[in-house]
Amino acid sequence: MRKSLTHPPHKEFSRINMKKRKHIWTTLFIILLFAWSIRQTETSLLDFIHGFSNMFDLLVQMFPPNWAYFDNVIPPMLDTLRMALLGTTIGAILAIPFALLSASNVFTNKWLYYPVRFILNLVRTIPELLLAAIFVAILGLGPLPGIFALGIFSMGIIAKLTYEATEGIDPGPLEAMTAVGANKIQWIGYSVVPQVTPYYISFVLYALEINVRAAAILGLVGAGGIGEYYDKTLGFLEYDKVSTIIICTLLVVVAIDFVSTKLREKLL
Amino acid sequence: MHPLFIIRLVCSKGGCGNYVIEFKQVSKIYPNGVIGLDNINLTIEKGEFVVIVGLSGAGKSTFLRSINRLHEISTGEIIIDNTSITRAKGRQLLTIRRDIGMIFQSFNLVKRSTVIRNVLAGRVGYHSTIRTILGLFPPEDKELAMRALERVNIIDKAYTRSDQLSGGQQQRVSIARALAQEAKIILADEPVASLDPLTTVQVLEDLKTINVELGITLVVNLHSIELARQYATRIVGLQDGRVVFDGPVEQATDERFKEIYGQPYEVKKSEKIINTPTA
Ligand SMILES: Nc1ncnc2c1ncn2[C@@H]1O[C@H](COP(=O)(O)OP(=O)(O)OP(=O)(O)O)[C@@H](O)[C@H]1O
Ligand SMILES: [Mg+2]
Repeated sequence: MRKSLTHPPHKEFSRINMKKRKHIWTTLFIILLFAWSIRQTETSLLDFIHGFSNMFDLLVQMFPPNWAYFDNVIPPMLDTLRMALLGTTIGAILAIPFALLSASNVFTNKWLYYPVRFILNLVRTIPELLLAAIFVAILGLGPLPGIFALGIFSMGIIAKLTYEATEGIDPGPLEAMTAVGANKIQWIGYSVVPQVTPYYISFVLYALEINVRAAAILGLVGAGGIGEYYDKTLGFLEYDKVSTIIICTLLVVVAIDFVSTKLREKLL
Repeated sequence: MHPLFIIRLVCSKGGCGNYVIEFKQVSKIYPNGVIGLDNINLTIEKGEFVVIVGLSGAGKSTFLRSINRLHEISTGEIIIDNTSITRAKGRQLLTIRRDIGMIFQSFNLVKRSTVIRNVLAGRVGYHSTIRTILGLFPPEDKELAMRALERVNIIDKAYTRSDQLSGGQQQRVSIARALAQEAKIILADEPVASLDPLTTVQVLEDLKTINVELGITLVVNLHSIELARQYATRIVGLQDGRVVFDGPVEQATDERFKEIYGQPYEVKKSEKIINTPTA
């Protein structure tokens, strides 16, 4: 009310018009981009509609899930969970030196933190499935390559988030520990660690949530876990079993997410 | 073993060093060309209570932080207890810093840690890395930390998280940290700037008691000339990085300061602090 009184109405008007015009241009640009993408990837709406009916068929075939199959699903599901837990643990441990070395307020030498950050960025560009495939090639089939893949993958996430949080901590205690005559390790232990630990734990839990999902598909490239069963049952067109696996995965993911979110809420 | 080294070992606990602070032609030019300190020559004796005054930007913080080398100086040398901190490297620098406590305007405690842990942080220089990282301080250290907290009247908060304390209480914890550190010199950069008048007096009283009873040298930056007169034994006035006044409190008269600083200090003076009877 006050605003419209202090500003002459025509001025308000022209500003709104400006805003509107901006929106129109943005919308046009997005539509163009969209059209161009469709052309380039040779997508057609018809294919989509056609596919939709296929999908419906699939859903019908999935419908009564094969409850008897549940007992077969439990062991690989637990394997998947264990893979996620071990992978996250490895990632969490590896992330600590990487995060500290990347933080410019911990190690002030840019010849140190830029290269380390570069390595981190490089690691994070590799999709976890590709990582798993590489480790399968090195270590052979089984859950071990899956665990390593998840370890490297989550290291990238945790280290990146943690070093960014580290750069945001209160510099006061860092200065105080320098003044006290602490050496570098004591300095980190008494001023950086206590400030950044709650964030770090929260990021580890977050990585665990992601890893449970990721672990569920790693079996597609032979890296252990429930993914192998997806591969098998889909191959034999046993869609009722597929739906059992999906339900089981969903339950586990939701449960882990719930616990993790609750814990993180408590932390921060 | 070198005889001098033995003397150092004996003295490190008993405090028989003289802990004189000497500035020898010290200048500091910031990378952007601002002159922080301009050819400072002065000596601070053991047991003095020196208050540094000056307008904002005069170089008070720069002066204080160059003593324990939180800031590097550009030319000249600072000598503490006959050792050049300017030239000290590695372990030696850490040992010199261990003898110099520091108190900040913003307290600089780890807010999520308990009070006692913040105080024990002052002890890390005396023990191995492993011991301190695991928090395995000897009982004497805990005793020392508790006595330090007792001295600043806050022992009942020892196991409280630091962020649950008021500003004045937090500042007293940081004084306790410097005491637990067994510092021979305490530097304080505007220790009362974020405190209310009553707490200000309490904190400065604590510092004064430490100075008188333990013989710890104090170098304190203050904005208020009034407070400086009340607690200091010697006042150093800075302006544009130069020493424009250096003398005992008696010489730091209103006329003298008006001469040096002109009008602005008159304004500062009018921010009068409540006078509580001193103990
Ligand atoms: N990191 C820095 N880089 C460049 N110039 C700086 C830096 N720190 C301080 N200065 C400048 O050096 C001069 C002295 O600053 P200093 O912080 O020592 O003043 P001060 O007396 O403590 O002031 P205040 O009372 O506001 O705390 C000022 O002109 C300031 O702008
Ligand atoms: Mg200052």
